[in-house]
Amino acid sequence: MTDIALQKTAARESGIIRFFKGVALLRESRVGIAGATLVLFWVLMAVLADVFLALGLIFPPNAIFVSLQEPLSEFIVESGQSFDGLGGPVEEVCSLITSGDNQGKYDCGTFWLGTDMLGRDLWSRLVFGAQRVLFYAPIATIAAYAVGIPMGLAAGYKRGKTDDILSYIGNVILAFPPMVLFVVIISVLGSSGLNVILAVTLASAPGVMRIVRGITMDLRNREYVFAAETRGEPLWRILLIEILPNARGPIIVDAMLRMGYVIITIGALGFLGLGLPPPDPDWGGMITEFRAMIMAFPYMTVVPCIALSSLVLGFNLLADGLREVSLRD
Amino acid sequence: MLVFLARRMVQMLLVMIGVSLLLFLLLEIDIDNLAIKVLGPYSLPEARELWLDENGYRDPLPVRYIRWLGGVMTGDFGESVIYRVPVSDVLWPRLGNTAILGGLVLALVIPLALFFGVLAGMREGALRDRIISVSCILTTSVPEYASAPLLTVIFVFWLDLLPGTSNMVGGFQWQAMVLPVMVLVLYDFGYVARMTRASMAEVMTTHYIRTAILKGLPYRVVILKHALRNALIAPFTVIMLQLNWLLSGVIITEFFFSYKGFGALLLEASLNGDIFVIEACAIISVVVAVGSQLLSDLGYAALNPRIRIH
Repeated sequence: MTDIALQKTAARESGIIRFFKGVALLRESRVGIAGATLVLFWVLMAVLADVFLALGLIFPPNAIFVSLQEPLSEFIVESGQSFDGLGGPVEEVCSLITSGDNQGKYDCGTFWLGTDMLGRDLWSRLVFGAQRVLFYAPIATIAAYAVGIPMGLAAGYKRGKTDDILSYIGNVILAFPPMVLFVVIISVLGSSGLNVILAVTLASAPGVMRIVRGITMDLRNREYVFAAETRGEPLWRILLIEILPNARGPIIVDAMLRMGYVIITIGALGFLGLGLPPPDPDWGGMITEFRAMIMAFPYMTVVPCIALSSLVLGFNLLADGLREVSLRD
Repeated sequence: MLVFLARRMVQMLLVMIGVSLLLFLLLEIDIDNLAIKVLGPYSLPEARELWLDENGYRDPLPVRYIRWLGGVMTGDFGESVIYRVPVSDVLWPRLGNTAILGGLVLALVIPLALFFGVLAGMREGALRDRIISVSCILTTSVPEYASAPLLTVIFVFWLDLLPGTSNMVGGFQWQAMVLPVMVLVLYDFGYVARMTRASMAEVMTTHYIRTAILKGLPYRVVILKHALRNALIAPFTVIMLQLNWLLSGVIITEFFFSYKGFGALLLEASLNGDIFVIEACAIISVVVAVGSQLLSDLGYAALNPRIRIH
């Protein structure tokens, strides 16, 4: 078959198929596979958290049971006791133990990772913490790109005054150590989910802008952009249809890295007590809560640390894998 | 060279003006809130009005900004609401402590990162390269507030080797510096090492390295004399820009180990609404960050003759 024929079949495939073929290329990178596995694990946990809860496979995250249970301990309840988190009387929801020391009592499930000092199930809080961070982090990252991409396209394509002004704004924001900027913004706005997203957007958009600007400055001198200009296509079409799709490779890799960093940031704000408000579980907040008991119950602090690091590691490995694959062809 | 430097200086001055304006607008535009923060939530409205009048907060915004900027430039940041002393009295000792911490971290990060980066980049794709690269990703994926508890569990709980806090109440102890330094080095090391590796790998594919190898020079000479100088230009800039991230990490690490540095001060100030301390800390951190950028430009120009033409 000739090259032209090959190109024709390639062109006939829809964008979606080509996208999945690109994703499938990732299997050539072992590092990328490992990253994707870690990310998928937490995404699945986050998505299925409510399903687990409805099926009774997991305790409610904010329900209070017995405090400071060891990991893997069974939740044994005597008949007549009641717990709000169980969703019904003990006799109906739990299974009766028919033999052994606890005969006649009820087994209401297992605390896989034990319970914290208030008596909340740690595994459940971990899973719902994943749900929370995987809700806020993508929104904040997308918001940063929604602001940064148009700024970068405008600065890189228009050059001159537009570029000067936008780059200056970016330089001012990037002059701050990121954490300092977050602390200042949160201490002015107060801590809430929306303000965390706002702060992350403001702090990350200039970085996105710089990357997009650099790529745009390179792409604007290509023939197909000149062709589009000659055809008299409107500005938005040139930027969004001609330039942006061709800049997607580096942008996707950067998005994965940035996602990891946004997760770190949200965790850091939670850790410093500036992030998402309690009592809903938050990984960074959990580290702070358990820190005081690190000498007595070290595993409790270690658990959210490992959860958070594994998710960030997943995104970083994924980014590395994607970069490796995209550089290959 | 001089023109290049002068242009960079002007740019940085402009950035600093922008930063100060941003901070001023963020923190001082709402004067009623400011009065509440300074005089406390239970102060009388009349007292707040009087305070605002007396301290010139009724003047137009540009006048206030210029006066505020003048104060900041001469080191007069106002009075701390919590400590009831001039901000600079609290700030400078704290900044000194942070400088010790940051200096120790840089003194370890730079040689370690350069060494492992060069080692990995010498033969791209080899087993050694892959092990170093993946370990770098691993350490940069564990943020300071996760590695700090993990290291505390290992070194304080299991091995009982080091103290778990670094508040230095009984004078300076070097043991108390080990954990904070280790936490920061672990997180910052990976990025610089990866940059060094990329830069080294690129240099190793150039023609002059091929020539040097083909003319029979010993491999050691090729690496030390031909590759290193060119490979270290990019990491140098990265290290200076890294100061911004180091300062971010310092805030978290100081909070975790109760180290009396400027990051912990900023955090205390933010949690207590101590506005003038927040301003002072933010300004100082930006001055350090921007100053390091200027240093990085200088170093870049000194290391790389090609840029001097501009």
